Amino acid sequence: MEITLELIAFIILALFICVSAVLAATTKRILRAATYLLFVLFGTAGIYFQLNYSFLGAVQLLIYAGGITVLYVFSILLTSSEGDKAPELKSYKFIAGLVATLLSLGVCLWVMLRHDFLPQHFEHGELNVRTIGHALMSADKYGYVLPFEVISVLLLACIVGGILIARKR
Amino acid sequence: MIKMEYYLVVSTILMFVGIYGFVTRRNLLAMLISVELILNSVDINFVVFNRFLFPEQLEGFFFTLFAIGVSAAETAVAIAIIINIYRNIRNIEVKNLREMKW
Repeated sequence: MEITLELIAFIILALFICVSAVLAATTKRILRAATYLLFVLFGTAGIYFQLNYSFLGAVQLLIYAGGITVLYVFSILLTSSEGDKAPELKSYKFIAGLVATLLSLGVCLWVMLRHDFLPQHFEHGELNVRTIGHALMSADKYGYVLPFEVISVLLLACIVGGILIARKR
Repeated sequence: MIKMEYYLVVSTILMFVGIYGFVTRRNLLAMLISVELILNSVDINFVVFNRFLFPEQLEGFFFTLFAIGVSAAETAVAIAIIINIYRNIRNIEVKNLREMKW
């Protein structure tokens, strides 16, 4: 297996994602957990860019990294006092969680790596934004206008619901 | 040449780190962050399967696009609920949360 620039970039992205995810799940300070989550989202966007889905990467950066993380940071600052640390978990619970997770991770990796996936590489080529737009707005086969409309109703319901839940009585 | 399995290994690790965080964290916001990790790993899986196995169709692509939108909505409502809980019992630890109705 020869080492290409693409492979090196992928390895760096993969290490970045895995290390940030582990830190986000284990760090004691919750504001740092939100920051590591932001790093994971950046790495995921990098993987989308590497797979030649630039539009999806841009959406990931805009909505996830731009919108959701800000929401997290705001709510963390609202709900936790300064120097707030997570309390120590009982050690048997901690070990039980760790063992269960590692076991299931091992089973999943074993099953997946034993399976032979047919295509070993993908055709490079940018997905046309015109194609995305036509598929998103067409109502015939492989058209996505119905989920597009449904998700707009869902977002409206979420705005109303969020205001209703979080308002002062 | 990057094989398909490499992407799937990354997303599997991300998934189980998220599950580990969800099981061991005791703070509602930290648990929500772990849920975001799980959602991200599933998104990576959809995109990779779409790109490698069905490159001329766009099902996985659009599923990820809509999953991002749905997760934004889900986060907004969950954070509204968490802030409401904080207003009532003054912290968001799970052990203090015995009932959802006041």
